[in-house]
Amino acid sequence: MDILTIALPALGEALTLVFQPTQLMYLMAGVLLGLSIGVLPGLGGIAGLSLVLPFMFGMEPVSGLALMVGLIAVIPTSDTFSSVLLGIPGSSASQATVLDGFPLARKGEAGRALAAAFISSLYGGLLGAAVLTCIIFVARPLILAFGLPEMMMITILGMSMVAILAGRVPMKGVIACGIGLLAGTIGSAPAGGSLRMSTYDIPYLVEGFQLVIVGLGIYAIPEVISLLRQDSSISSSGGLGRGWTDGLRDWWRNKWLSTKCAAIGVTVGIIPGLGGSVVDWIAYGYAVQSAKNRDQFGQGDIRGVIAPESSNNAKEGGGLVPTLIFGIPGSGSMAVFLGGLALLGMSPGPAMIRQDLDITYTIVWSLALANVLGAGLCVLLSGQIAKLTTIRFTLMAPFLFMMIAFAAFQSRQSLGDLVALVGIGIIGILLRRFDFSRPAFLIGFVLSHQAEQFTNMATQIASARFRRSFEAGIDYIVTPITVTILILTVLSIIIGLRQSKNIRENIDTYTGGKRAPFVFLLAITAYVAISVADAATIDRFGDKVFPLTVGIVTLIACLAMLGKMMRRAETDDLFIDLEAGGTDGAAPHGLWWTLSWFLGLLVLTGLFGLIIALSLFMVAFFRVRAGLSWLSAVLYTAAGVSFIVFLAWVLGREFPPGLLQDVIDMPWPLR
Amino acid sequence: MINLSTTRRKALGLVAVSVLAMTAGAPQMARADLSGATVDFVIPFSESGGSATWANFFAPLMSQALEGNPTVVVRYRPGAGSTAGANWFAEQTTDNGTLVFGTSGSTQFPYLLRDPRVRYEYRDWTPVLASGTGGVVYLPADLGARFDGDMDDLQDEFFIFGSQGATTLDLVPLLAFRMLGLQVEPVFGIEGRGDGRLMFERGEANIDYQTSSAYIRNVQPLVDQGLAVPVMTWGILDNDGNVVRDPTFPDIPTFAEICDATEGCETEGVAWEAWSAFFVSGFAAQKLVYLPGTASPEVVAMYEAAMAGILARPDFAEISAAELGVYPQMIGPAALVAHEAAITVSDEARQYVLDWLREDYGVTLE
Repeated sequence: MDILTIALPALGEALTLVFQPTQLMYLMAGVLLGLSIGVLPGLGGIAGLSLVLPFMFGMEPVSGLALMVGLIAVIPTSDTFSSVLLGIPGSSASQATVLDGFPLARKGEAGRALAAAFISSLYGGLLGAAVLTCIIFVARPLILAFGLPEMMMITILGMSMVAILAGRVPMKGVIACGIGLLAGTIGSAPAGGSLRMSTYDIPYLVEGFQLVIVGLGIYAIPEVISLLRQDSSISSSGGLGRGWTDGLRDWWRNKWLSTKCAAIGVTVGIIPGLGGSVVDWIAYGYAVQSAKNRDQFGQGDIRGVIAPESSNNAKEGGGLVPTLIFGIPGSGSMAVFLGGLALLGMSPGPAMIRQDLDITYTIVWSLALANVLGAGLCVLLSGQIAKLTTIRFTLMAPFLFMMIAFAAFQSRQSLGDLVALVGIGIIGILLRRFDFSRPAFLIGFVLSHQAEQFTNMATQIASARFRRSFEAGIDYIVTPITVTILILTVLSIIIGLRQSKNIRENIDTYTGGKRAPFVFLLAITAYVAISVADAATIDRFGDKVFPLTVGIVTLIACLAMLGKMMRRAETDDLFIDLEAGGTDGAAPHGLWWTLSWFLGLLVLTGLFGLIIALSLFMVAFFRVRAGLSWLSAVLYTAAGVSFIVFLAWVLGREFPPGLLQDVIDMPWPLR
Repeated sequence: MINLSTTRRKALGLVAVSVLAMTAGAPQMARADLSGATVDFVIPFSESGGSATWANFFAPLMSQALEGNPTVVVRYRPGAGSTAGANWFAEQTTDNGTLVFGTSGSTQFPYLLRDPRVRYEYRDWTPVLASGTGGVVYLPADLGARFDGDMDDLQDEFFIFGSQGATTLDLVPLLAFRMLGLQVEPVFGIEGRGDGRLMFERGEANIDYQTSSAYIRNVQPLVDQGLAVPVMTWGILDNDGNVVRDPTFPDIPTFAEICDATEGCETEGVAWEAWSAFFVSGFAAQKLVYLPGTASPEVVAMYEAAMAGILARPDFAEISAAELGVYPQMIGPAALVAHEAAITVSDEARQYVLDWLREDYGVTLE
């Protein structure tokens, strides 16, 4: 009965909320932004949402939601371009598409691959939205049954996904997740306020790191730097090839595969923490396993495009389930999305589903609509987008640096934001280089706070109840829900470890000498050891137990791996070093030399403030690195700087000041 | 990149519609007139809390009332339990009235307890408005049925209370529970009072309190359904400084009344003094608007006139009741008195609270 009295009216109300000219414009803006970000290789939902997050302030909730949902919904659609045309995953959600999409493009059938991919994306996205609608409704009466122990178990279930993300060496996944968890504990403890790995003399650290900074540092910076080092355009031809109608027909022939893969996408998306980086691999693996004729896979089998593309749009609908119902992010990009919801004055979780069902359902409509718009636009714009990939990346990089620096600064409006961004960026670059799972790091970071909070609070309540009577305590901890989730967790670890061999973040790997990977691991071990020692000095038990436990487990993993490294040969997967071969190894520009450009921008900002620093940096970069004439360099710089000034002016934002601004009082935007 | 720029510009052009903000340099002025200027109303909290509601309620009214009708923009500088924003404000030297700062009990308590994060001094600043609020304690229906105007019958019950931390505004209820002799086990770590209410609704906590506006919005429905029973308010201060019933909840007794009726709870002595001091700072003068100490006398006079103008609006009682509840808004000398009360506790009261925090919760502020 509830369906008729509550859900349908709410769905209808949500529909009228979304179909307002302003909301549709925001949705369109989000879709266009998402398309652009998806097209750029390596930049996905986390980077895209991190860029718009600072601008959520004071927006009307439905508009802000439309903008964000529009953006995340279409990234898995448009990221297909770079996977198919360039052989570089457009975002982590389209890695598996490369395997068969790129060979198709080389055969001159890029159009066919893209058409099949877009229709699969559309289908998967709509299915995901439909499932989300149903689950939100079904879950409503159950929400009050989810207390702290249940939430704690869900968080642990999310963390168990690290098993599948760990890649070739499970130990590396444990270490990456462990340092992510430890990074999340930096600052004052949420419960008692004790300081961990920070001091009041550096106020920036006391608050801990913001997700925006960590997301940009771990994902965006390493990818931008890596592309910049190649110093080439992303693609050389800019053509599409033939076969659009063939692609549609291919999809129709494989509609059951598409449906099954979309179902996989939704399911994987629902499990917190798993998110985008694996769902395409699981779907691809399923397509290969279930196929009768397998020899074309890897050489341009259209099923290898349909399977991952159906699943990766569907996962957004699934990922929104835990995000909206429990306020637990389903993936890295959902974690950023949660931050955006908070800025809109909404607190996702039981209360939102119960009280603001209509607003919640606007998300469903936005999701469905964005998928339709996204697929349509991708088809319409595909000719132009294919040309965009012929621009030299060196000419795009300064604009990306500019946006990244500006977005990062909005997080806390302190120069510390930029320092933290570069610091975490370097960690991201090294994690990527030595093949430590970056999604595992991010899952650790994102779940750290809630894992600690839920565990602490559930323990406090449980011990208070145990003190009263044994039954009262047991009743609280052992419920049908916690037991079910515990079983799921164990299953997910077992299946994850078995499947992890098929799931690879970096496709080709190389091993070099032993020294570099060994030194990096040694540095990690040292940091973890210091964290453990630091946690041991905290007086308040509730504030120390989580970092201490996580630190000790991570330390054991580090030591075990160091031991293994001493025994194994240097060609072992333990010693993967992307600098040793492949595109990174052969890049014309050195890693540190390229990074030092970004460092230079940071130092200049510290001295002169962002706008002056940006002008100097961009002119120098275009002239020296890109080899443009002085005139073009100045013109490009003027375009970039006036764009950012316009943006800040429209939004009423400040720029980072430097030492110069302490001495001289300057007019906006220089101050 | 060209494509990226255009799309982003489109997106942001849209955003521009909803955001008035423009921070182009305010002209330096000799007279106190803010024509064409932008006033930053900075609060050390995020966009989602009660302080944001309060600041956004006053910002447009200030814009209308201030000389020259400047644009008043609310800016958020959250962090470190609001001490980060307050430390930032302490360094500002704006003297032309284009910067005001809003604090709350969460900014006052660390100052009163001499938290090491505090690098600000309230006495450097000039208060122009002080707003009060209240709070209501409630119990689940089964325990509420055993409540008869005193806490004598509930002494053997085990209570669980979701708390944001012992040094936050929750200090006031925690101390009250202790004075009443209740065996309350606080569960620390919730991130807002809303989480505490959810724990109460799920049956994990069995005592809770909410500030007035949240109580009216979220707990009153539970009371109407028979799921919760209100037991006491903190009350408000009358003009002589006595705690009297909260006019927003005239039927609910105050903590002082319950304490008088409960065996072993005293409304005099050092514990009561300490509770009163923190109650006044945390609720009776919960939110204050400050100008930097460097503001010129003309600017201070202009703000005082503007605040008086806002409170004198014929519709003020109506619009503020909906957003803020029926609580005193103090200006001029009254704001100074409230400011003084909010930032003063006797050394005995502070020491009593610090000792209690250390003994009961192991919290030290060093």
